Amino acid sequence: MRRNLVILATLALVAAACSSDDNGSTESGPDQVAETTGDTSDTGDSVPAEPPESEVTEPAASSDVTLTLVTNDAFSGVAYLLDPFTAETGIEVDLIAGGDAGSLVNQAILTKDNPLGDVIYGFDNTFLSRVLENDIATPYESPASSVIPAEIQLDPTFTVTAVDFGDVCINYDKIWFADNGLAVPETLQDLIKPEYDGLLTVQNPATSSPGMAFMLATVSEFGEDGWLDYWSGLADNDVDVVSGWDEAYFTSFSGAGSGGPRPLVVSYASSPPAEIVFAETPIDEVTTGVMEASCFRQVEYIAILQGTEFEAEAQSLIDWWLSDAMQAELPLNYFVFPVNPDTAIPDVFLDNTIVPESPHTLDPEVIAENREQWLDEWTSTVLR
Amino acid sequence: MTTATVGKHDRHRLVEKLKTVNWKGIAGGLAVAAIPLAFISIFFLYPVGSIVWRGLAPDGTIDIGPIKRVVTDPDLRQIAWFTLWQAAVSTVATLLIAMPGAYVLSHYKFRGRSLIRAAVTIPLILPTVVVGVAFLSLAGPGGAMGVNLKGTIWIILIAHMFYNYAVVVRTVGGLWGHLDPRLEEAARALGANRFQAFRRVTLPLLRPAIGAAASIVFLFSFTSFGVILILGGARRVTLEVEIYRQTAELLNLPVAAALAVTQLLGVFLILTLYSRYQNKRSVTLNLRPSSEVEKRPVHLGQKLVLAANLLLMAGLLFVPLAVLVKRSLTTEQGLGFGYYTRLSDPGASSVLAVAPTEALKNSLTFALIAALIALFVGGLAASIVGYKKSRTTQWFDALLMLPLGTSAVTVGFGFLIALDSGILDLRSKTIIIPLAHALVALPFVIRVMVPIIQSIDNNLRESAAVLGASPIRVWREIDLPIVAKAGLVGAGFAAAVSLGEFGATAFIVRPNITTLPVAIFRLLSRPGAVNFGMAMAMSVVLMVVTGLVMLGVEHFRAGDVGTF
Repeated sequence: MRRNLVILATLALVAAACSSDDNGSTESGPDQVAETTGDTSDTGDSVPAEPPESEVTEPAASSDVTLTLVTNDAFSGVAYLLDPFTAETGIEVDLIAGGDAGSLVNQAILTKDNPLGDVIYGFDNTFLSRVLENDIATPYESPASSVIPAEIQLDPTFTVTAVDFGDVCINYDKIWFADNGLAVPETLQDLIKPEYDGLLTVQNPATSSPGMAFMLATVSEFGEDGWLDYWSGLADNDVDVVSGWDEAYFTSFSGAGSGGPRPLVVSYASSPPAEIVFAETPIDEVTTGVMEASCFRQVEYIAILQGTEFEAEAQSLIDWWLSDAMQAELPLNYFVFPVNPDTAIPDVFLDNTIVPESPHTLDPEVIAENREQWLDEWTSTVLR
Repeated sequence: MTTATVGKHDRHRLVEKLKTVNWKGIAGGLAVAAIPLAFISIFFLYPVGSIVWRGLAPDGTIDIGPIKRVVTDPDLRQIAWFTLWQAAVSTVATLLIAMPGAYVLSHYKFRGRSLIRAAVTIPLILPTVVVGVAFLSLAGPGGAMGVNLKGTIWIILIAHMFYNYAVVVRTVGGLWGHLDPRLEEAARALGANRFQAFRRVTLPLLRPAIGAAASIVFLFSFTSFGVILILGGARRVTLEVEIYRQTAELLNLPVAAALAVTQLLGVFLILTLYSRYQNKRSVTLNLRPSSEVEKRPVHLGQKLVLAANLLLMAGLLFVPLAVLVKRSLTTEQGLGFGYYTRLSDPGASSVLAVAPTEALKNSLTFALIAALIALFVGGLAASIVGYKKSRTTQWFDALLMLPLGTSAVTVGFGFLIALDSGILDLRSKTIIIPLAHALVALPFVIRVMVPIIQSIDNNLRESAAVLGASPIRVWREIDLPIVAKAGLVGAGFAAAVSLGEFGATAFIVRPNITTLPVAIFRLLSRPGAVNFGMAMAMSVVLMVVTGLVMLGVEHFRAGDVGTF
């Protein structure tokens, strides 16, 4: 403990010395790096100020490299998926995490001049344009990427690489609908009918990524002229708006957690298989279902951050992510579909989910252009 | 000739004057202040300044457009107003409900008191998402109490009381338990009734501690995030929520910065007013050992007061906690320890990324480090703020409170862009976690210690100084024995803040280290009965661990009694 205090005191003194030179200027980062990089070289993850060496092309076999993967909170929970990569290549991967997909991208943009790490993973197609426009990633077309369907990859420049996808869909409580003798809604239009009054919980798109996806599904379905009228209808039908997925699913939804009052909730197409995998006692049939017409396609991407010192190693991580070994692990660990159509998917996953034939999608550029305005309009329509 | 004499005379006077200046004292004061100042500058002012500057002056010159927009936009003004009034009402309500609790827990001896004193702190550490589960299943849609308070101001107030009850009990009770009971007895003997004696004698003496508690509760409620999001419903927005939306989701840094400045100015103004008021009011007290104050409740009235307060604590604090315990025990086979066994099952680690014991160890290690840092830095700061009453120390005081009143996203994103190079490149270092915890815990430590330090009779210090004691010696011999107990209470708070990882620590980019709250979030981010059940079980583990830490603090306190 005393050592930590000593470290702290030392930190304080050094920093006081540093900051007295630059007088509060915020643009002083690079100078300080130049002055003190040598002191921190033992940690192996400090970021150098030099530009990446372009001649690094040989395949990575160096065992003493540690890659820093900047990722979202969700993936941090399954970091063990990367162990085989380290075993195979000798490259260690350190994770740093700082929130959801939106925070992740914004943090990477803010630290563009002095990147947080070497590789970024975990942002989706709704943030794709922001990543591309802000020029934070270095293109890399992996030899393994040829298998990725174009409608999933979306970025032909391969500045980012699609590695998995899933669908945000309304889940329903089969038991509730059976008990109440009500038909499960089939279309989004159904949800504003009187018989479905007070049954649906959604997340606020301003604070939740599935909430945003569902809002985009309605824009895709009803068009830019009609989607707000639809939401007025939902508001009249007493739609429940909560802040995050966990609250919606575990507290508001009747089909899970502590058993809330509402039988319809915005969640994922992969939630029913997860209910089976994480059932308390083994069950044959899951009691929640997915409403296909409500699904919005979410694709997750990986990219090499500009300025990395370990470009070759970062490339080998992307190659490996697309390999069958990693792709096959994704469904039952991370509850997403592999982008490689040839990867075998476990039955328990396939049998309990749906792959919508034509999920809702929107051009990432259109999303980027309208995100803030749509959010404002949604807020004034639904919450005021 | 004459000029030379005058010059000599002046010089002589100057030398004499310089002799009377307590250089040792000033140097000592500066040396003591240097560490808290450096700490707050590096880990708060520099990061927050960086992110705000980046927002307001993206090109190097300040653009006042966003500030104008924030000041004139009716929506944003309404958000600012709601933030302010709900915080003010929460503070008053918490004080009203917790003051009697502070009295009974500091004045009445009864079986199980240490346990209850430890237990009231537990709410402070619970993640809001878990508290949300408990509150909504009691008073949400379809809740057990039959009323749906979700989205109303009432459930926000109750949640803020739930979280802050311990702040009042511990801060006010800490002083109240040592007030000379003879003062009030004298007032009674002179003909004052019980209420008059309280209002005219006790209340004024307690003001420093009440003010201290009020300032913490206010800042906590002012920057409330999870409570507002989960219990307040989507329609209620505070500055904190809006700054999060603008920064983390929209990357609209100019507006976020303008909002952050508004928030900071508001907090700073209120803190300065508070601190001036505080300095005018604080008086030196003759503190007594708690053994002279405490008594067993004997009269019926006393027993009723005690019973009523215990009932209130049960309703406000322990019922929601009991809901979580019950949830954690509710399995498909009925009540049982199924989810707890799962936590100890090696298979569980695959869901959590690490073994639950590892998460527990991480949490405890961080809590210990954070408490030590906060105690060290906060102790030094408190001795300055409490020792000298001046405009400078008022500013210093308000400055050190700011982290608690600043948006977590602002601090988190500030860390990201400021602490990014050289020895300060902490973004991927483990130490950033306890450092951030200590930053938020600092105000708790200072607020608990200052009222006690201010009540120490300065004559004692002066006599010691006259007798030749150096400032450090004076502090060690006079202040330390008295403040040590307050320091322990502060350290307990700091540990709780760290265990619960609340406030500014939530949005800090950090290495992937699993603590108990992180494990709970992770479990709650996936569907499945097992994940929900294990999250509840883990919350109970977090509650029990916190309870034990607080019991430990109580134990140390008990061992210290009688030093003054």
